[in-house]
Amino acid sequence: MTFTSPVLSPAAAPIFPAASMVAFRDVRKSFGAFEVLKGIDLDVGAGEVVALIGRSGSGKSTALRCVNGLEAINGGELTVCGRALHQGGTDLRELRKEVGIVFQSYNLFPHLTVEQNVTLAPRKVHRIGAAEARELAAEVLAQVGLSEKAQNYPEQLSGGQQQRVAIARSLAMRPKLMLFDEVTSALDPELTGEVLRTIEGLAASGMTMMLVTHEMAFAKSVADKIVFMHQGRIWETGDGGMLSSPQTAELQQFVGNGL
Amino acid sequence: MLGLTIEQLSYMLRGTGWTIALSLLGFVGGTLLGLPLALMRSSGSRTARLLSSAFVQIVQGIPLPVIMFVVYFGISIGGYNVPALAAAGLAMTLYSSAYLGEIWKGCIQAVPKTQWEAGECLALTPTQRFVNIILPQAIRIAIPPTVGFMVQIVKNTSYSVVIGFFDLTYSAKVLNNSTFMPFTVFTIAAVLYFAICFPMSMIARRFERRLQRT
Amino acid sequence: MGYDFDFSFLASYAPDLWHGVWLTLGMTFVSIVPGFILGTSVALARLYGGRWLAGAATCYVEAIRNTPLIIQVFWLFFGLSVLQIYIGSFLAAVIALTINVGAYTAEIMRAGFQSIPKGQIEAADCLALGPVQTVVSIQLPQAVERVYPALVSQFVLMMLATSIMSQVSAEELTGVAYMIQSFTFRGFEVYLVIAVIYLAMATLLRLVLMGVAQVSFPRRRRLGTPL
Repeated sequence: MTFTSPVLSPAAAPIFPAASMVAFRDVRKSFGAFEVLKGIDLDVGAGEVVALIGRSGSGKSTALRCVNGLEAINGGELTVCGRALHQGGTDLRELRKEVGIVFQSYNLFPHLTVEQNVTLAPRKVHRIGAAEARELAAEVLAQVGLSEKAQNYPEQLSGGQQQRVAIARSLAMRPKLMLFDEVTSALDPELTGEVLRTIEGLAASGMTMMLVTHEMAFAKSVADKIVFMHQGRIWETGDGGMLSSPQTAELQQFVGNGL
Repeated sequence: MLGLTIEQLSYMLRGTGWTIALSLLGFVGGTLLGLPLALMRSSGSRTARLLSSAFVQIVQGIPLPVIMFVVYFGISIGGYNVPALAAAGLAMTLYSSAYLGEIWKGCIQAVPKTQWEAGECLALTPTQRFVNIILPQAIRIAIPPTVGFMVQIVKNTSYSVVIGFFDLTYSAKVLNNSTFMPFTVFTIAAVLYFAICFPMSMIARRFERRLQRT
Repeated sequence: MGYDFDFSFLASYAPDLWHGVWLTLGMTFVSIVPGFILGTSVALARLYGGRWLAGAATCYVEAIRNTPLIIQVFWLFFGLSVLQIYIGSFLAAVIALTINVGAYTAEIMRAGFQSIPKGQIEAADCLALGPVQTVVSIQLPQAVERVYPALVSQFVLMMLATSIMSQVSAEELTGVAYMIQSFTFRGFEVYLVIAVIYLAMATLLRLVLMGVAQVSFPRRRRLGTPL
């Protein structure tokens, strides 16, 4: 009989490191008979920027949408900001107070001004007052460089400006984690730069972020960790360097086409 | 049955018959007047458009019971003593034509402009273009709202009660006065109207869904 | 046609006509708000109410839309009178109009709610807004804005429909006209006059409701987008 210390055994290391804000463990997700996520393992630490790349249909957007509960997972374990989403009964509203998301199609509220778009949720959800809301709007709009557009309506703005308002709207909820789902895909090429710079600014401020993107150069410059997904699996993970020296044929091919 | 005698029930059924007859009259008359209205509304002539649009605006801005009265008294000052059916039929015709004309105008305009241009390229005359290319497409679009409006016609024939036309509503009103059983009498009347209108509503909806799919 | 038109009744019966106009407008305006609230609630019940509530809402809408208003009015008015409940013809008319216009409004509002892109609701969910907050702050304003012209037409139709309330002895405009013609035997002239009055009221109601839109939709006002 050999003695093993229950405390010091490496096997007993905590499954979820305390610093981990998002932890995927063998996460599975199916739409009908089609399995989109076939066992994902991934950690996002506090302050970390993780870029998900891959072909369309590789499962990267689905993985992102699982993080704030837009899609419910079918198997495995997913913990976000200390909430176990795989155990039923998670309060999604509570989760979404801490996790912001920005969509490809902006989804700004067309009937509200920029300022009203930004302050609606803080006023209704966090119940802040009118004066505080105005200050908050000024702050987050300055952060995305759109202070002068506060009283405009979304349809008066360019696509890039609308997307920056969408980012400001998420920031106004003071999230701990931000998700970006192909936020520049719907934009004309000349408008993507301003949005990407806004996100870079956020990364520099220490925000924890997960982003699905097709912009390889951007992923390389902003992300601490790049995750290449293929056919519902994480195929390769690494830092920016992995794009120039891919280990797998699939990433090689993807990067060859993508750059 | 239901506290009513067979005679009383058959009295209401006779009223139902007249409701259907007036509805048909209103639809046929409305079609005869509504078609030229729709053509005028979408015609190239400014005068035709103005005249037809004024007619539609006026009829749609006056309550149908008032149209019934105007027609009823209008005919009688001409020195004619006409049955209520004629007055009600004429009023229903005016009313239906304004709405049908407006519906059909929309259907004609819903046919893409490129279809007119295509007809022009085939060297068809304007009439040939309209009859052979635009009309068949417009009719397909027109079926669901037209059937839908027929439901309105059936329901609105009930307003002819104001000029004393004998229909389902009139028969129910008379029966209520003699039996004092309003819930029974008017529920039966409502069920009879529903039996006519609901199937048409369903058909209109089905046509609409089929049109949307193509 | 050897008919001499005689509009002299106008002078002596002007106060009665005014009274009729006010009653007609009163019935209309009093019914619009509850009719809109009822219709919107029923639309929401059909969309989100679950099987039983949605089913009940559908039955209500179909029953009202496939039977004439006048039968509904008779059912309510004469029904209440045999139950010996006397609420007066004005209140009875308003109740009947509200129930009636509610069903039509429900269909209009349902189309309005369904026309809102799914992304709007998803965005609201992701900002941690609750279901009620999402309906009130996001869906309702956008739905109303989209279907506003249809709502206006429906309320104008409702105003015109008040003309049958004289059948249950409400002295609205058409009722007044009937009274005048029975004294003067000038039916044609009387009804021509009230036809013109209804036309004017329909135009006025449209203008007022469009004015309400200018106040309610600041975006339209700012950007000058027509409804």
